Order: sequence, then structure tokens, then C-alpha cells
Amino acid sequence: MATAAAPPPRTPHGRARLIALGRMTKPIREASGIARAMFWAGVAITLFFIVLAVFATWLSRYGFTQYTANGTRFPQLAHPSGAHWFGTTSLSDDVMARIVWGAQTELKVVAISLVMSLMLGVPLGLISGYFGGILDRVLVLIMDALLAFPYLLVAIVVAFLLSNSSIGQGVLTASIAITVAYVPLYFRVVRNHVISVREEPYVDAARALGARPRTVIRKYVFFNVVQNVPPIATLNAADAILLLASLGFLGYGIQPTQGAEWGYDMSRAVSDAASGIWWTGLFPGLAIVLLVTGLTLVGEGLNETINPVLRRRRYGAFEFEPVPGAVEEAE
Amino acid sequence: MSDAILQVRNLRVYYGTPGKPVRAVDGVTLDIGESEVVGLVGESGCGKSTLGRGILGLLPDGARADGAVLYDGQNLVKLPRKTVRRMRGPDLGLIFQEPMTRLNPLLRISDHFKETLEQHEPKLTDAEVRRRSLETLGRMGIPPTRFRQYPHEFSGGMRQRIMIALALVLRPKLLVADEPTTSLDVIVEGQILALLADLKNNFGTALLLITHNLGIVAEACDRMAVMYAGRIAEEGPVREVFANAAHPYTRELLRSTISLDTTALHSIPGAPPNLIDPPLGCRFNPRCPSAMAVCNELEPVEQHPAPGRRVFCWLHGPSEMIPQGGQAPLEREAIGVADEA
Amino acid sequence: MRGTSLRTYLITRLALVIPMVFILLTLVFLLLRVAPGNPIQAALGGHAPPGLVHHIEHRLGFDKPLLTQYWDYLWNIMRGHFGSTTTDNRPISQIIEQNGAATLELTVFAMLVAIIVGVFVGLLAGRFRDTPLDVGGRLFGILMYATPPFFLGLLAQLVFGVWLGWLPVAGQASPLTEALLQTHTNIYFIDAIWDGNWGALWDVTQHLILPGMTLGLITAGVFIRLTRINVIRTLRDDYIEAARARGIAEHRVVFHHAFKNALVPVITIVGLNVATLLGGAVLTETTFNWPGIGHALVTYLENRDYAAVQGIIVIYALVVVAVSVLVDFVNAFVDPRIRY
Repeated sequence: MATAAAPPPRTPHGRARLIALGRMTKPIREASGIARAMFWAGVAITLFFIVLAVFATWLSRYGFTQYTANGTRFPQLAHPSGAHWFGTTSLSDDVMARIVWGAQTELKVVAISLVMSLMLGVPLGLISGYFGGILDRVLVLIMDALLAFPYLLVAIVVAFLLSNSSIGQGVLTASIAITVAYVPLYFRVVRNHVISVREEPYVDAARALGARPRTVIRKYVFFNVVQNVPPIATLNAADAILLLASLGFLGYGIQPTQGAEWGYDMSRAVSDAASGIWWTGLFPGLAIVLLVTGLTLVGEGLNETINPVLRRRRYGAFEFEPVPGAVEEAE
Repeated sequence: MSDAILQVRNLRVYYGTPGKPVRAVDGVTLDIGESEVVGLVGESGCGKSTLGRGILGLLPDGARADGAVLYDGQNLVKLPRKTVRRMRGPDLGLIFQEPMTRLNPLLRISDHFKETLEQHEPKLTDAEVRRRSLETLGRMGIPPTRFRQYPHEFSGGMRQRIMIALALVLRPKLLVADEPTTSLDVIVEGQILALLADLKNNFGTALLLITHNLGIVAEACDRMAVMYAGRIAEEGPVREVFANAAHPYTRELLRSTISLDTTALHSIPGAPPNLIDPPLGCRFNPRCPSAMAVCNELEPVEQHPAPGRRVFCWLHGPSEMIPQGGQAPLEREAIGVADEA
Repeated sequence: MRGTSLRTYLITRLALVIPMVFILLTLVFLLLRVAPGNPIQAALGGHAPPGLVHHIEHRLGFDKPLLTQYWDYLWNIMRGHFGSTTTDNRPISQIIEQNGAATLELTVFAMLVAIIVGVFVGLLAGRFRDTPLDVGGRLFGILMYATPPFFLGLLAQLVFGVWLGWLPVAGQASPLTEALLQTHTNIYFIDAIWDGNWGALWDVTQHLILPGMTLGLITAGVFIRLTRINVIRTLRDDYIEAARARGIAEHRVVFHHAFKNALVPVITIVGLNVATLLGGAVLTETTFNWPGIGHALVTYLENRDYAAVQGIIVIYALVVVAVSVLVDFVNAFVDPRIRY
């Protein structure tokens, strides 16, 4: 029979945090080797570009629209050389400098868009999913209709409209265009998750105990739903880079004076290709592929470790110790 | 047992982990006789499901088996996987707990039967396949008119009957049933149990009925084995075990069962042990009301308190093997409230 | 019994299309009518004399109240009158016929490539999980997805067009073929076969290869990932274990149970990715100067031709809705569980 034992001593706050952190990262640590390798490779690549972006001023030899140094103009369309590792463009810009500064542009715009999409999409999804009703139906119809469209088309139309307005072209236009394209995605994901969580017994119990909707959402629904966001946001960031580059390629992205943008550089490289000039297009293209791959690897790695359907634990190898006493063997 | 069709000898099944393996089945010896119904009882996590699957060689990745499962003069544990696979169906069968998800939703019932029969007896004609399928289904109470329907058109109970028919259509010698009625309601449960208990008459098939429900065992089984923490605690004819349980665990289980006579609820304090680092000696010793000092040091040996019965408990001796002072009551800490399952 | 429930499902599904189309059309209307700036002015270059502007405004009905314009707009669309462009006075219906056919040719070819490559690699990757085959397949898929069409296109043009000189880098067909080929469907590939004009067929195919493979391989990247995940999920399903318990051979379990069931959602995935494909087509067409609808859209956007842009976006909207309905139809046919 059990005797009444004293309640276990409370763990100190800091130690509790460490334990919680350990529990959160447990899936990553326990994941199979491939998933972890992919994840960390992706992290390394992404960090590389973040460093490029943040420290562009110090890392890049030249500015992104710099076409002279020491009074001499750079050669036009020069092959990669010692002075210009990746060559120069038809406007005498150093290709490598535009890659490094481009990292800053890409990450800046995508980060802004991501934050805006989250700030719009997540609350809308939460409210719509939790309260339902007419608001939900209307929002779902609109968002589903938008989602059915190619992201690029939505972004182009928005960018087109904004660039003809007082806002004009630039970082803000591009960010808004990308945000509008992705808000329906976050809305739908969050809303679907809220609906499935809403019916869980523990939420019901909270409501039965008289908790206000605000509290229920904040304490139970929100945290549960937010857990799903990092893999989606990372994969979405990868897609956003592609979207921004596409906008730039079509001429609706960042103005060349505001910053270097890889997509825009590629649009200029198309005419160079006919003459067999490869360096103006190859390097921006590689930069896009590399950054998007890095982000995708992180997102996929997260998915693989967090998503219980896909998760695969490492099995250890072991040996059976011999058992004392004979074991009957078949003849 | 001389006419046993299946002899499990010292079977061990461990699951690999990043650390030490989980010792799910840790040395089980068991016989199943021809057309016999043997019940395998125990709490969740005691290894009974693993044992059932281990017999058929259906272990997940990372799990390995050691020991002997003797069938038809061969040790299934040591045979190549392809050989064992060919025996599943005509010799050995397994039915699962949740019938709702065990049939391919895109295939008709007739397709399921066709596939099973053609896999093991490729020379059968279509007419033969159809005849045998309908015959087995008929014995399970499924009418021929429903032969070409899809799984989602059947209720849970009917899907379980279809699963049983699928398992029996090739007339295996042994059917392992892993908690076949746990997810069904009581009335359907009764019907399925009646079917299973009758296997020996209709098909001549032996049945290993795995369950945590002692009532089922009482109803349907000839013999029973009680499992705890990967090992057999005791084994014997159902009536005798129920009337006079030899192992304290069995006694506690029986006391915990609710019947019309129950006036107060009884439960076994504590929780089943960690199978990575199980307790020394008898694994039940932390929770056993009759534990002695020796129980925490030495593993109990097989004893026969009566003919046809086995038990693994120091209470039944042999006293020559118990060291000095071993029979004193075991000193241990009170089980904290937090340890309850 | 199965026939009636399928029919009911189809009818119900079609009925649901109406609100979606309605919303899309309204959104397009609102966006372009309430857009800042005077669309006619912009289309005419911003310096047109007011008289001309008023004239065109009147012709297009821009001087009527907004609500009237809205009803006219909807009514016209229902009758199939999509209007004309402002800058080159080309009927939208003609754009659909000619440019639409070109885009259809490109996207169908690309989708075939995407499905064949994507599903094949995805199935293998999911089956042989965590082997070099899986890792290689996944990395290939990720790299393909990460490559924008204009980059892969650029590389293809450089390698196969400029350096090796094997394939043409722009256009749907060479000018000679264009002049000589009789147009029946405007899909040059089909037209060439129709006429038995093998020289033209070869020429058209050559032009189709680079843009089609570019768009197709990139889309394959998405399919690899989704198919793989589905195969992994399906292999964990209970009926797979039950089939193994009946002694079904592993290759049969994998092919007839796992792969078949994993492919069912692929139909939906293909449908969902038509939008992605259309987006990618815009970029591919621009890179290869392919005379499709995407290329037309970009050109009209550059010229600020609001009427043209509106008409083209409406076409896209209708196509997208039609595809989603088609996907649901096919799904209901294949999976007996989906009926209302």
C-alpha cells in the first residue's frame, strides 16, 4: 500500500528551462543520421548567407553599384579575374559585389514579408478557426480562391498595382506583394490546425471550467499551433526567395539603385548569354539555388524530426548475452 | 507437452534504442498444443504483443530475436525471412487489434482473398479461389452477396470477422490473436469470442489469445499463461489458475477484476518496471505484497506446484536454493504516489 | 449503387464552383478598377490627349457607375465576351486561342516530364528510405525546386544552344515552319501530326524540348518530395502490416498496396501544382521567348494595358477553378470512400 509521500521538491526555474529545452530538441538529437546531416548542412548554408547579408559592408570589396575605383572605370563584361573574382557586368558592376549585397536584399525583403505574413495570417487563422461562423466562411472562400492562384501571378498583380501608385517600386512594394501572396497559406494552415485542436478534450475541459475565449486561445490553442509554424515558415522563406527573384527577373522587384537583387541581375544576363557570356548569369543563379537549398534543407530537416509520421529513431545495435543453462535446438 | 505444435524455448526479443536495448520479451518458454486455446494475459507493456508477433517473425526494424520457436521440427528464429514469410498463411496466422484499419481501403474483400490464396497456392483456379473464400466467410457469418464490397462498407465487428476469415482461409495450424476484441463493443465481442473459441471444432486450429481481459480468458481458453515484464509468471489450466493462483501477481490481477461481488476497488500499487533496466531477481518484487529478501537478488526458477502447472516464484521454493535469511520479508521504500501508473 | 453516388457527388461539386468563380471574378474586377491611376492614360503612355482618353473610356464603359460596370463585366464573361486589349486592340479570345494553345503545349509536356520523373524518383526514394538512392533522389528534388526556371533555362540555352548548338533556344518553331504550318488547333505539335508534316513535327519538337524539360524538371522537384512522403506514410499503414502477416511477398506489398495507395493523393497533388506550373510557365515563356499567355501577360503589364491584364487574369482564374474541379472528379472516381 502506498504511504503518503511528501510532494516532490520544485525544480529551480533555470533547471526547468534547460529540461524543457532538452525535451524540445530531443527529436533532433534522436533523429536518424540522414535527417540530422541535412538539417545541419542547411543551417550552415543559411548561416553563411546571413553572415554575408549582415556583414556585406565589410565583406564585399566593392559597392553594389560601384563601377569605378581609384578613378578608373571597371572593364565592362570582363572575364573573372584577380581584380574581379566573378567578372563584371555590362554596366561595369562587380558581379561578386552584387552577389554579396544581393544576399542582404534577399534576406531583408523576405524577412519583412515573412513577419508581415505571420502577423496577418496567424491571427486571422486563429480567430477564424476558433470562432467559426460567417466570418470564417467568408474568409475561407476568399483565401481559398487566392490560394488556388499561382503565387507569382498574385505577386505580380499586386506589385504591378502598387508600382503604379504613390508607393512606387521598391523594397516595400516587393514585400507587400510577397506578403499578399502568402497570407492565405498561413491562414489556411493555422485555421486547419486550430480546428483540429479546438475539438481536443483539454480545450473542451478548459471551456467547461469557464475560461474566456481569449485565455483558451492564448494558453492552449496558440502554443499548440505555433509549434507547426517553424518548418512551414522556413520552407515558405525558401519559396519567398524564389518569388522575389522571379519578381526581380520580370522587372517588378527592387530598383537597381536601392540594392542588388539576384533575379534582376539574371534578367540582364539573358541577353549576355547569346554572346556566350556566362558569368553574369551563373553566379547570381547559383546564389539563388544555394540559399533556397539551404533553407529547404533546414525546413525539411525540421519536418522530418518534428513530424511524428516521418520521424525515424536511431536504433542501436546490440548483442544478446548468453543465457546460463542450455537452450534446446532443433535437429 | 508431447503433442505441442509450437514450442517456444527461451525466446528473447529486444528492441534497439540509442542506448541499451529494451528487453520486451526476456526468456519465455511456452507450449501450444494442437487445437488448443491458450490465453496470454498481462498488463499493457508486459511483452505479450511482442511475443505474439515474435512467433510469426513480424518484428519492426531495430528489433531482434534470440532463442527458439520450434514448429514442424524447425526453429523459426533461425530460418531465413523468406521461409518464415511463406509459412504465414498456410501454417501460422495473426489477427490484430484494430480491424478498422487492417484492410486496404482501395481493394474489395474479394481482392484481399484472391491475393492471399494466389500468393500461397498459385495453381488455384478463379472458381476455386472464390469457392474457398466464400466458404470461410460464410462460416464467419458474412454473406456471399457482400463479397465484392469495399472495407468501408462494413462495421468494425464485421471487419474483424473478415480478418479472421482471411487468416483462416488457408487452414493454418496456429492462429495468434492480438487483443482481437479490445476495440469492439461488448456484444460484438461476445460473438467474435464465440467464433474464436470454436476454431478447434471448425478448423482444427490452435489459438493463442493475447489479452489483458481476464474475463475473456475465463470464457474462451483451455490454458492460460500470465506474463509480467517480459517473462512468464505462471501457467496452467484456466480453471485451476483461477481457483488457486500460484503467483502473487496473478492473485493481485484476479483481485483487481470487477464483478458483481465487488464492493471496493482494488489495484496493484506502483507501475510495471522499466524494461531497459529491469529490477534484479524477480521483476515483480517492487510491487509484490509477499516479497522476500531473496526475491530482490535471485531470479526465481521454474516450479511445478501441480501437474500441468508452472510458476516462477520463490514462494514455491525450492528452499535449498534460497540463501540464509532470504526468506525474511523484503525491505523496500514505500511506493510514492508519483510512481503510480 | 456506385454510379448514383458518384453522380450526386459530381453535381454537388459543380455547384460549389459557382461561389468560387464569383469571388475570383469580383476580386479581379475590384483590383483593377479601383487601382490607383487612370488605366487608360497609363495604357496610352500617359500623354494622350484628353479627347482620345474620353473616347476610349466611353467605348470601354469606364464612365458608367461602378456597379453598372460590375454587372456588365459579369454578364459579358458569362456570355464569353472577354473584351479586347487597349494597346493593340486584340480580342482576348484570340489571345486565348493562340497564346493559350502555346502555353497548353508547353505545360502539358512539362507536366508529363514532371510526373514521370517526379513520381518515379519519389517512389524509389520512399521505398528505399535513408539509402544513397533516397538521399540522392531527395537532393536532386531539392536542387531542382531551388532552381528558378530562368536559371535552368539560361544554363540550358548556354550549353545546348550556344556551346553545343544542338537545340534552338527561343520560340515555338522556326519562322519557316510557322509560315508553312496549317493551324488547326494552334498547338503546333498536334497540328504537325494532323497534317502528317514530319519536318515541321521535328522542328516543333526541337523547340519544345528545352523549355519543356526546364519547366518539367523543376516541377518534378516538388513531386519527388510529396510522393516520397506519401510512400513513407503509406508503408506505415496498418493494412500493410496485416498483408505481411498473411505472408504476402514484399514486392507485392510494396507495389500493389503501398505504391498504389500512395499515388491516390498524388492526383490531388498534381492538381494542386497546376498553379505552380502555370507560375513557372510565365517565367519559362519569358526566358525562351515562348509565345504563351504568360509571355503575353508580362508584355501587357509592361505596357500598362489594364484591360488586357484583366482579361488574362480572368482566364487564369477560370482555368484554375476548372482544374480543381477536375481533380476532385478524378479523386472521387479512384477512391471509393469519397462520396458525399
